[in-house]
Amino acid sequence: MNPSPEKGAKCEVSFFVNGKETNLHAHPMERLLDVLRNELGLTGAKEGCGEGECGSCSVLLDGMLVNSCLVPIAQTNGASVVTIEGLSTHDLMSPLQHAFLECGGAQCGICTPGMILATVHLLEKKPEPVLSDIREGLAGNLCRCTGYMQIFEAVAKAAQRRVAK
Amino acid sequence: MRADPAEYKLVSPGNLQGVLSLLASEPAQWLPIAGGTDVMVLYSAGKLPIRKLVDLWNIPELRQIEVLPDRIHIGAACTFTTLRGHEIISREFPLLATAGSWTGGIANQNRGTLGGNIANASPAADSLPSLLVYGAELTLISMRGERRVPYGTFHTGYKKTELAADELIQDISLPRKFSGYISHARKVGARNAQAISKVCLAALGQIASGTIRDVRLALGSVAPVPLRLEETEQLLVGRRIDSSLIDAARKSVVDRIRPIDDIRSTARYRSAVAGNLVAEFLEKLAMEGTKA
Repeated sequence: MNPSPEKGAKCEVSFFVNGKETNLHAHPMERLLDVLRNELGLTGAKEGCGEGECGSCSVLLDGMLVNSCLVPIAQTNGASVVTIEGLSTHDLMSPLQHAFLECGGAQCGICTPGMILATVHLLEKKPEPVLSDIREGLAGNLCRCTGYMQIFEAVAKAAQRRVAK
Repeated sequence: MRADPAEYKLVSPGNLQGVLSLLASEPAQWLPIAGGTDVMVLYSAGKLPIRKLVDLWNIPELRQIEVLPDRIHIGAACTFTTLRGHEIISREFPLLATAGSWTGGIANQNRGTLGGNIANASPAADSLPSLLVYGAELTLISMRGERRVPYGTFHTGYKKTELAADELIQDISLPRKFSGYISHARKVGARNAQAISKVCLAALGQIASGTIRDVRLALGSVAPVPLRLEETEQLLVGRRIDSSLIDAARKSVVDRIRPIDDIRSTARYRSAVAGNLVAEFLEKLAMEGTKA
């Protein structure tokens, strides 16, 4: 073992966060989650397990749902990141956020940002999901409050409204 | 203890040559990282002794799927999402597509790669038994050149592989000759998504005029490596499926596997389930055989 590991230099990261061009310096192995929360003040993504099991740190990276605790910041250079903060406009909730509120899909709130981003990703791929699609789309997001039924209901309601529009 | 990011390097050469020359310059000092679904877990827990990482995520040569008339070549950094969404893979290699759908959840499938799953070499990985039954071949590449290795001989012990310190898995190729087979995939775990398997099975079979013409079986989580069940296969070929054959197959599976007790299950449970999964497949094969 090397007793005094070489200290790595910071790298330049230039990416889009919720549509806004963002430039910063960071150690390349810093986790996207920590950069969002600590450098950019975007605390919507939560750290649950820190090992990709719970989904509470979910964000969209170039439109793909990812666990931001497992993404080194250097891999986001040039990418577009969307967090829960990017879904509301002028403090107005998105229809999807509204559906979660209406159905009681949000209780303590720790899993909610991840659940909602997983739903955004799901509805992009499958605009008219059946229950098994919803269950699969959200299978990587754990909730300890709701028992999931209200969340599935919120997703179904949001999907119906989205298609009806 | 949390890892200190300042102690780690992550270099993104952006092309395969650049990655290989780094690996060659200081063998065993660099760890490749693609989607990070395994590496970042160790890193976050402060359990990643290697301090230098080289990025494979943005290497186009590793993200391609090439379909030839007789083989398909899957770039090692293709994600499980890519595999699941690929038309030829879903149609001709359903065991691989299904295993992809069991690997983690959607977010992990969007980042986790087939090459990463192979290199991580967990005997519990859901995708690996399917590669064994499809007779996969790996292309390993380094500055010294490339070589092809049958996947069946790649894992040499628990978390030990044929991969040299300066080598990278470039692609996984599968022969396109199994589309006429009956396939069967089963995962036994707390749940399909996220949970790691207690036992998983990938099986292929062909039945003609009531007898088994060909059969290929592999299990995960029952030995130090993903395990192909050659002895059981030999016992079955050319035979008519009946209850005595199923009992013999079950016994040969239990004799061959080396399951352990761990946090997810017990050796005894795994033995019973492994035998049951093979029996279940044979029953399905017999049923399909009567239909044909």
